Amino acid sequence: MPTTYEPIATTTLGSAQSSVTFSSISGNYTDLVLVSNVSGSGGNANLRITLNSDTGSSYSTTALSGDGSSAVSNRSSNQTAMLVVQTGASLNAAWTTYISHFMNYSNTTTYKTALSRFAAAGSETTANVHLWRSTSAVTSITIATSTNNYASGSTFTLYGIKAA
Amino acid sequence: MATTYEAIATVTVGAGGASSIDFTSIPATYTDLNVLLCTRSTDTGLRTDIKMTFNGSSSSYSGREVRGADGTVSSTTSNTTYVDMWRINGTSTTASTFTNHSLYIPNYASSNNKSFSIDDVLENNSTSSFYLGFAAGLWSNSSAINQITFTCGTGNFVQHSTATLYGIKNS
Repeated sequence: MPTTYEPIATTTLGSAQSSVTFSSISGNYTDLVLVSNVSGSGGNANLRITLNSDTGSSYSTTALSGDGSSAVSNRSSNQTAMLVVQTGASLNAAWTTYISHFMNYSNTTTYKTALSRFAAAGSETTANVHLWRSTSAVTSITIATSTNNYASGSTFTLYGIKAA
Repeated sequence: MATTYEAIATVTVGAGGASSIDFTSIPATYTDLNVLLCTRSTDTGLRTDIKMTFNGSSSSYSGREVRGADGTVSSTTSNTTYVDMWRINGTSTTASTFTNHSLYIPNYASSNNKSFSIDDVLENNSTSSFYLGFAAGLWSNSSAINQITFTCGTGNFVQHSTATLYGIKNS
């Protein structure tokens, strides 16, 4: 049986830090899946995803989220990162799950889209669709918080999926 | 190259139905767990819920769900003695229609509290009764998860309901 779901790289934080980067991603797969189990350190943190170190206003996000009492949809365009967390206090000392799928990431013809799920039981559950307006193949992914840090023990794993 | 996405166990409900689906003795040899379920209940209404527990525990659960149900979007929280952020077709929905659910648990064997996500969709050939939900959950317990139990809220899981537990390795 061919192996179609392969781990590319994994990082477990040994100390608090504000970002993690997967670089030199090969174009050998069809899609990428990023799985994170992450907690904040020092206060509320967030999840901002940038590709190929592009920090221009190249990203947009449409989100549907619920905080346990109300459901809302948010739209963010011309952002400097893919914005995963939709409320202001979502990623604190509690552990959260973040899973993102990057489709057809290595083609050089189309802009890149991603679907993500962010699960923070203490604050919100969110589904996002993201767009990066670039035709470049994705070769690096950076996960970063703009406030505080990710806690020691947070894990980030990148998987590659091959088409048949 | 190592296989990183492995089926650990599958349950298929037989004739007569079953009140619960139970995965026991889950090995700690994977990084993450993913459970995919396809279920329907004998509840005579449009839908009932599923009650999920880890390791037989009846405490320390929390969660938030957002859902589109019957044309209305809303958000709610989980029960604390079990996770009830799931819905499942009852017998008043279109025959032979089963609900699909996905549960993902990263680092299920770690000593940290266990975060997880749930997606489910309940279809029905109706303009007024349908369901889509996704949830964030947390089990505030440092034990490795070695058992996952799904109990039908009202009635039983019908014959042909299925659940498969997958283990995922990060290396």
